[in-house]
Amino acid sequence: MLNWWLPENVSTYGHDIDWLFHLIYWITGITFILVAVTMIAFLVMYRDRPGRRARYTHGNTPLEIAWTIVPALILVVLTFLSLPAWSRIKMTMPQTDFVLQVTAKQFNWQVTYPGPDGKFGTEDDKTFLDEMHVPVNKVVRVNLKSQDVIHSFFVPQFRMKQDAVPGREIGQWFEVTKPGKYELPCAELCGFGHSGMKGWIYVHTAEEYAKWAAENLLAGSGAAPAEEKKSESTMEGKAKS
Amino acid sequence: MSAPSATAHGHAHVAHTGHHELGFIRTYVFSTDHKMIARQFLFLGLFMMVIGGLLAMVVRWQLAWPETPVPGLSGILKETQGILEPSTYNMAFTMHATIMIFFVIMPILAGAFGNFCIPLMIGARDMAFPFLNMLSFWVTGSAGLIMLSGFFVEGGHAAAGWTSYVPLSAVPQYTGVNWGQNIWCISLFIMGIGSMMGAINYITTIINMRAPGMRLFRMPLVVWSLFITAILLLLALPVLTSGVAMLLFDRTLGTSWFRPSGGGEPLLWQHLFWYFGHPEVYILILPAMGIASEILPVFARKPIFGYHAMAFSLIGIAFLSWIVYGHHMFVSGMNPALGMAFTVTTMIIAVPSAIKTFNWLGTLWGGRIIFTVPMLNALAFVSMFVIGGLSGIFMASTPVDIYIQDTYFIVAHIHYVVFGGSIFGAFAGIYYWFPKMFGRMTNTALGYVHFWPTFVFFNLTFFPMHIIGVGGQMRRIYNPLQYEFLQHQQHWNVFITISAIGLGLAQIPFVVNFFWSLFAGKKAPLNPWNSNTLEWTAPSPPPHLNWGPTLPTVYRGPYEYSSPEAKEDFLPQTQPPVRAAAARH
Repeated sequence: MLNWWLPENVSTYGHDIDWLFHLIYWITGITFILVAVTMIAFLVMYRDRPGRRARYTHGNTPLEIAWTIVPALILVVLTFLSLPAWSRIKMTMPQTDFVLQVTAKQFNWQVTYPGPDGKFGTEDDKTFLDEMHVPVNKVVRVNLKSQDVIHSFFVPQFRMKQDAVPGREIGQWFEVTKPGKYELPCAELCGFGHSGMKGWIYVHTAEEYAKWAAENLLAGSGAAPAEEKKSESTMEGKAKS
Repeated sequence: MSAPSATAHGHAHVAHTGHHELGFIRTYVFSTDHKMIARQFLFLGLFMMVIGGLLAMVVRWQLAWPETPVPGLSGILKETQGILEPSTYNMAFTMHATIMIFFVIMPILAGAFGNFCIPLMIGARDMAFPFLNMLSFWVTGSAGLIMLSGFFVEGGHAAAGWTSYVPLSAVPQYTGVNWGQNIWCISLFIMGIGSMMGAINYITTIINMRAPGMRLFRMPLVVWSLFITAILLLLALPVLTSGVAMLLFDRTLGTSWFRPSGGGEPLLWQHLFWYFGHPEVYILILPAMGIASEILPVFARKPIFGYHAMAFSLIGIAFLSWIVYGHHMFVSGMNPALGMAFTVTTMIIAVPSAIKTFNWLGTLWGGRIIFTVPMLNALAFVSMFVIGGLSGIFMASTPVDIYIQDTYFIVAHIHYVVFGGSIFGAFAGIYYWFPKMFGRMTNTALGYVHFWPTFVFFNLTFFPMHIIGVGGQMRRIYNPLQYEFLQHQQHWNVFITISAIGLGLAQIPFVVNFFWSLFAGKKAPLNPWNSNTLEWTAPSPPPHLNWGPTLPTVYRGPYEYSSPEAKEDFLPQTQPPVRAAAARH
């Protein structure tokens, strides 16, 4: 019922997140209604009226124990329900031969493909600015880097977010289930151009992707590589290496 | 310490001050009297709140009607005819948060109520170190002045967010802000020193200077909350102080604590900042919890439900607040295994908050509830804190946090906690202690005219932020219309801004009430609310050294309302027990 709130989910692990979101939504929503109704009822029932005297009590130990243990149990269960999804999304990396390198900078996403030799840092690498093409139903690994400040790789429909930290290379993955064109905003304040720093992720069917790759990734193809290539990404990004 | 020696001590003090009246400067400016320092902190906080609030209006205008002239700013932003540029917008939200957190809520809750309540409610004549106390205000005030000066330097004020993540804040070229960010660091460094002075004072005073009979577990809960807050201040603020010093060195001396190009580590800043930052959140909310725990029993005419559970949950929160900070960094690149550990602790810290909420409800149960203005604000605190607390559970669940991190959901959450919580708590406290602080009653009708629109517009402003946050709107963006996936919910941004303007206008009755009551309010009696705690046994307003020759002696806990021992529905802490007196005969 909340689907008009969340944007459409198109990734394989997005369901895990949405399911937890809805679960917590119901738990907190019901808790809030119970607390609010109780409070309003008390405020009406026990409002000041002539001749009444308040009940003289300092508390109730069984009640204290009950309302300590019940929330604690609910929260422990929530914790255990959260951990598997977290582990699947952030702590495991599925096998894949599709690897991209994304280097963020003020205020662009530089998306690099390894080219026909399958290796990064060689002559045939192809870099695109604010534009990423991937096939549908395939695990895509993104190695995230930043050459200046912290940025955050956010794809709302993939339920994916990861900061790009200068000096580090952070591996992330996603698998999309529906072809389309998805926005890739930066979610971490990165300077005066932060707002509007965004790219597009084009998710193609396998055939369309093959066609796009043949036209754009092969050596000597007519792609328009980004104006800034490797040479400029040395300042902050390479410091750790 | 025995009662007679305290009395003799008191005599000596009174005799001493009787000899010479303090001059204007020593009474109103460089005063060492805790009550005057409390008023100074209050005025500092309220003045800064006007600036912080206006900055919020500027931010909201831009988000609803991007890149249109902000009314009233054409005189200040001459080159753009009042249209906000992205860098100015970044400065506005950065300074809104910085001012509200460090120079509004901390001075009012910890500074004003800490100074006013602690000595008066434990039965002390002043703080343990009155001179240090005076210094604490003037150091904090100077920090505030320095912070404001940043608006006038070339390049504008700090614009890297109140969290000032590095390397954005560490290298001037990245933001185009040079001296603004340096001033931000210097000001917070000085503020940190001022708050340490206050914290040491509070802790020492509470441990050493309680009146005869005031055992630790007879202390009012607001004193407990301020005690715990002071401990957090003492242990957390130095981490921020060191952090901003390191940041300043990176910016000006060429060190590389945080810059990867020199071998530094950007995440180090986040660890330092949030190691301070999460206890800071509790520094902002604990005093408000204490204030609510004080006001609810008074106007429910009933003892607080579960006094010990309330005190121990405060202590529990204080302990846990040190080991949850990593939940701010789930997607920062920190080892995801650490994220798991922080999920567990973060879930657990919700438990003491739940205990407090249920005990507040228990306090209302069977009471005789009187809807005064302070009571309404305290009830608003409880209900809004419930929403803020529950929305926090979404972030505690790491997978959900992946999605809602850095969205407006977070903005909604923090405002439910620090506005719905801390600010309603501050309003409750101001209305409740105003008679004692200034010797005059506030106007009740104006109080209602302030409370109800504030409560309604608060919810209309901040609740829809959950919705646009779940829709994916990122925080700190200048123009939501730059994103196709956000355009369908832009009407919410307009709605929020109109509500925010209403919320701003709703504060006018408060300002009128405050100043009108200050000069022309009805003279306050000794104990206008029929309360039990010690401050209501001192004159309104209390004189220098608070009580006459004899300090009050405490015979019981602070919440003996509607006790069968007394004919009235309250039984002050100072009233000798009938049974004990009878038993002696």
